[in-house]
Amino acid sequence: MNAPDNKRRALLAAAGAGAVAIAPGIHLIQASLADEAGTKLASSKVRWGMLIDTTKCTSDCKECVSACNAENGIVEEVADPRQRSQWIRKIDLVEKRTGRQHSLPMMCQHCANPPCVDVCPTGASFKRADGIVLVDRHICIGCRYCMMACPYKARSFVHEPLTTQNPEMPRGIGCVEACTFCVQRIDRGQKPACQEACPQGAIVFGDLNDDNSDIAKRLKEVASTQVRAELKLDTGVRYQGI
Amino acid sequence: MDYAASRSAQTKFYLLAGLGALVSAIGVGAALYMEHHGHAVTGMNNQVVWGLPHVFAIFLVVAASGVLNVASIGSVFGKTVYKTRGMLAGLLCFAMLAAGLVVILLDLGRADRIMVAATHVNLTSVFGWNMILYPGMFGIVVVYLWTLMEKRMYPFSKPAGFAAFIWRLLLTTGTGSIFGFLVARQAYQSAVIAPMFIIMSFAWGMAVFMIVQKAMYLWNGMSLHPQIRARLKNLLAVFVGAVFYFVAVYHLTNAYFAKQVEFERFILLDGGIFPLLFWGGWLFVGTILPLILIFAPGLANKAGSVTLASLLVIVGAFCQLYVFIIGGEVFPLDIFPGMTASSSFFDGRIDQYSPSLPEFLLGMGGIGIAFTMVVVGVRVLKFLPEDNIAKLEAAGALAD
Repeated sequence: MNAPDNKRRALLAAAGAGAVAIAPGIHLIQASLADEAGTKLASSKVRWGMLIDTTKCTSDCKECVSACNAENGIVEEVADPRQRSQWIRKIDLVEKRTGRQHSLPMMCQHCANPPCVDVCPTGASFKRADGIVLVDRHICIGCRYCMMACPYKARSFVHEPLTTQNPEMPRGIGCVEACTFCVQRIDRGQKPACQEACPQGAIVFGDLNDDNSDIAKRLKEVASTQVRAELKLDTGVRYQGI
Repeated sequence: MDYAASRSAQTKFYLLAGLGALVSAIGVGAALYMEHHGHAVTGMNNQVVWGLPHVFAIFLVVAASGVLNVASIGSVFGKTVYKTRGMLAGLLCFAMLAAGLVVILLDLGRADRIMVAATHVNLTSVFGWNMILYPGMFGIVVVYLWTLMEKRMYPFSKPAGFAAFIWRLLLTTGTGSIFGFLVARQAYQSAVIAPMFIIMSFAWGMAVFMIVQKAMYLWNGMSLHPQIRARLKNLLAVFVGAVFYFVAVYHLTNAYFAKQVEFERFILLDGGIFPLLFWGGWLFVGTILPLILIFAPGLANKAGSVTLASLLVIVGAFCQLYVFIIGGEVFPLDIFPGMTASSSFFDGRIDQYSPSLPEFLLGMGGIGIAFTMVVVGVRVLKFLPEDNIAKLEAAGALAD
C-alpha cells in the first residue's frame, strides 16, 4: 500500500535535493512508532479506512460532528465562524442539472499520498504506518502551507488561545489540526467517535487491507467513490451514493 | 563637504533611520499583538490562510531576487554601467530578502519555533527547499559584496556574481513553486508560475532599484546621465512587457480549460475588488501607464517620468500579488464538480477577506526593516553608484 507513496516522494526529493531526502521521512515514521510505545504500535500491515453511505445520511443530522467535538475537546467559540476549527463538517450538495440532493460528512481523507505531508516544511504533517495522517503539534510552526495544499479543505488553524483541551488530544494556538480518525480510540482498539455516533449506521470503519473486515467486504460489493479521485491521492475515506 | 553640509546630512540620516526604525518597531509590535491574541485578530481564516502579510513578504522576497539583476548584468555580462551599480543592488537584495523573511516568520502561528523550522527540513516541501535557498542567498550576496568592495577580491567578483545569478533564479523558482505545486486550488498548479515569478522579480527589482538610486542621487545632489537613464528605463520596460506576456499566458491557458472558466470569470470579470485590481491596478496603473511614461514622446526624456513609472510598477505589483494570492484563496475549492456545495465551513462560497490593521502594520514593518537597512548601509559604506562619464564615453560604453 505504501509503495507508490515512496516512489513519488523519492522523485520529488530528488528534484529538490537528492536522495538524502528520504532519510527524514523514514525518521518520522520511526518517531511516530516510538511515540506509540506503551500502547498499541501502528502497523503498516493495517490501512485504516472509512466508507460513508451518503444515501443514509440526512441533511439535518449532525451527530457525527457533535461526537467528534466532544471526543476531541473542540468546544471553543471563536467569534468569526470562518476561524473556528471543524475537523468534520456536514456538506449539503445539489446536483446542478438534476437538483438531486446529497448530504455527507467531510473530513481529512487520510490519503495514501497526502499533499499536506509533501508540503509541510518541518515534517509536522506526517502519515502514520497505518495510514492515519496526523499533525505533530510539537513541530508544527503554523505556516498553513498544508491548508493551502489540502484538496478537501479538511484542516483548521487554531486562531485563539485554548484552555479547554481534552488531555488525550493535544491542541494549541497557532497550530494546524484535522481529523485524526480518533487515533487515541483506535490505539485502544475502539472505533472513531463519528462512526459510533451515527444513528443511521452510515459509516463503516475498518482495515482496508484485511479482506475479512466489514469495510473491505462492503467495498467489494458496492460502488464507491474517492472524492477528487483524479488527483490519485488514494484516499482512506470512500463514499457510496454520490 | 563643509561642516554645515555634513551636519545637515547627519541630521537627515538620523531622521530617515529613525523613521525606518519606528515603522519597523510598529510592525514588530503588530506581530506581538497577533502572537498574543492569535490569528483571530487578523482577517485570515481557514479558507484565506495567507493574507496581507504574505502579499508584502512575497513582494519583498521576489523584488530582492530581481534587484540583483542589475548586478548580474555588470558582473556576469560585463556591462560597465551596471558594474558600478552592483554593490547597491547587492545591499538592496540583502535588505529586502531579510525584511521579507522577517514578515513571513512573524506571521507564523508559532513564530517562537523558528529553531524547529531551521532544524527540521522536509525536502519534499517547497518551503523546505526555501529553508536552504534563502540562507544560501544571504551567504552568496555577502561574498559577492565582499568581492566588489575588497580590492584583493576583485578577480572573484565574476564567479561570485555568476553564483548569485544562478542562485537567485533558483530562489525565485522556489518562491513561485510554493504556488505552482499546489493541486488543491484552481488559482495555482501551473508550471508557468515559476518563470512568471522570475520575470516579475526582474521588473519589480528594477523598479525598486530605480527609486532608491533616484533618492540617493537627490540626497547627494547628483543626477543620472541621460544615456544611462535611457538604458535603465528601456530595460525596465522590457521586463514590464515580459510580465504582461506571462500573466496573459497564465490567464489564457486557464480560460481555455473548461474546469477553470468559473475561476477566470471570477478573477477577471465578476469578482468585485479582484477584477478592479487586475485591470485597473495591475494592467492600467502598473503596466500601461509605466510604458507610456517610458516611451511617450515628450515624457520619455524627463527624469521624473522614470521614477514615476517605477513607482507605478510597484503599485501594480502589489495589486497583482493581492489578486494572485488573496483572489486565488477566496475562490472556493471545487471538491464536488457539477454540484453546488454548502456547509457551516463555507464550502462552495466565495470568501470575504478584510485585512486587519495588525496585518497591514506587519507588512509595512517589513518595508520599514528593508528601508532602515538600506539607509544605514548607504550611510556607513560606499554604495552610491558613481559613473565615470568621460571614461564610459571613451570606451563607447554609453553608445552600445
